[in-house]
Amino acid sequence: MDISALFAALPGDVAQGIIWGIMALGVFFTFRILDFADLTVDGSFATGGAVAAMLITNGYAVPVALIAATCCGTLAGIVTGLLHTKLGIPGILASILTQISLYSINLNIMQGMANVAINGNKYKLIVSLRYIPQAILVSSLFALAIVAAAYWYFGTEQGSAIRATGSNPNMSKAQGININAMTVLTLGISNGIVALAGALVAQYQGFADINMGRGAIVIGLAAVIIGEVLGHAIFGKRMNFAVKMICVVLGGVVYYIVIGIVLWLRMPTNDLKLFTAIIVAIFLAVPYLKGKANNSFRKAARRGGAR
Amino acid sequence: MMLQANNIHKTFNAGTINEKVALNGATLELNEGEFVTVIGGNGAGKSTFLNAIAGVWPVDGGSIVIDGEDVTGLNEYKRAKYLGRVFQDPMNGTAADMEIIENLALAARRGQKRGLGWGITKQEKEQYHELLKELDLGLEDRMTTKVGLLSGGQRQALTLLMATLQKPKVLLLDEHTAALDPKTAATVLEATDRIVTEHNLTTMMVTHNMRDAIAHGNRLIMMNEGKVILNIAGEEKKNLTIEDLLHKFEEVSGTEFTNDKAILSK
Repeated sequence: MDISALFAALPGDVAQGIIWGIMALGVFFTFRILDFADLTVDGSFATGGAVAAMLITNGYAVPVALIAATCCGTLAGIVTGLLHTKLGIPGILASILTQISLYSINLNIMQGMANVAINGNKYKLIVSLRYIPQAILVSSLFALAIVAAAYWYFGTEQGSAIRATGSNPNMSKAQGININAMTVLTLGISNGIVALAGALVAQYQGFADINMGRGAIVIGLAAVIIGEVLGHAIFGKRMNFAVKMICVVLGGVVYYIVIGIVLWLRMPTNDLKLFTAIIVAIFLAVPYLKGKANNSFRKAARRGGAR
Repeated sequence: MMLQANNIHKTFNAGTINEKVALNGATLELNEGEFVTVIGGNGAGKSTFLNAIAGVWPVDGGSIVIDGEDVTGLNEYKRAKYLGRVFQDPMNGTAADMEIIENLALAARRGQKRGLGWGITKQEKEQYHELLKELDLGLEDRMTTKVGLLSGGQRQALTLLMATLQKPKVLLLDEHTAALDPKTAATVLEATDRIVTEHNLTTMMVTHNMRDAIAHGNRLIMMNEGKVILNIAGEEKKNLTIEDLLHKFEEVSGTEFTNDKAILSK
């Protein structure tokens, strides 16, 4: 196997990793801060790509397309939030319902086509796999802007109320926080960011695809978890909120580099999703198993049992 | 009149085999600065009464008026503006993943609009430092510690501080020392007395400990089967003994007092 091929692919992996890292930030806000496993993202990611692709191919400027994609993602998140808070549907189920409905909606957005090409020669795209250094720069700027904005927002009164809602909903109600409103708001913000990432990915790969969001939640979770492990290893207790978010984005990069290595090793691409799921399962299980290992009946028996 | 709870009714699981009449015409009026302790046997409706006032769920009948405003139709988070609450479980009153000062800052904004201003201001930090010092638990030196790392007693003391940071019209304490060891419980009760007196707070304190119920506050009510069956205030409260209480309970209810914990802790 040719090691230079691996290095040649590296910049592309990094660019893709950063864009998916942006998506992972959206997942981080719901999964870690709000404590809500939101599967809407598989749909809203593709929505972002579809909206951006349709607008760009119809002659709209890229910034307009990005803003529209973000707004559509936000709407999707709000729908999940309302299904959950107003209609009492359990969170995961509510998000699955939105996700499934988005499949049809996305097909309608793309006027029945399963994919829509955005030709980099015809349109002025801001990220594209043809100009990887620019893609890395632009996506890094987006990631940093979102990290900065989120760092500010979650330090405000409203952001603190969201964090309290995720940490202890009962206490939050007793402190006069409208936890339903906070839930809907966070889902909206999160899915807006996810859709923005979808719009960037569509440009990067040169097309929007109806299936581009399939498994996005798992990739997002992988990035969040890898980022947390990474951050903990490097910064330990000095890790503040901004560093944590940057680590999440870097988690996306690490994920794509690992995928790059796996592909380089000629692992069949069909098995990629299986591979990703296994990685996420392992990382989710490790903290639990660690806790169990330190606190197990078997150990207790060994410590205090009659020998 | 700071609190008027008139003829409150609440039945859980109505129409099912688990139907439970929890409140059956509970009535209580509190003047400003009155500190009432609430005792009663198991299932008498003490905590349910507090939850009804806090608006955890809508009541089936009756009305709740706080400082002249009818709050019967307001849900929990809207009513929170008027109420400070401390719960039995130390985990309930604070956000474990947030810092001590962040928890205080959240509580300081109870009932206010939460906008895009900073979550904690600089003056607040100094103010909280002073208030934590008064608790005398060493928390003033650990202001950026996550609350999840504190002991149960420390968390209850912090919750108490949070409940009173923004002066509540009514302070609701739901067996807030029941989960603590005796020494910590005494410390938290002492802090309760100090804060309630200092701010002249209208307070309801549920307790299963008759001695505490007699020693604290300036009024005492006893509940049974979802009703207030005994109301003692003033001089009579001061001279009360546990034997008096048990005797009175039997007299009014016609049954024996059924809370072992309360009897054993005399």
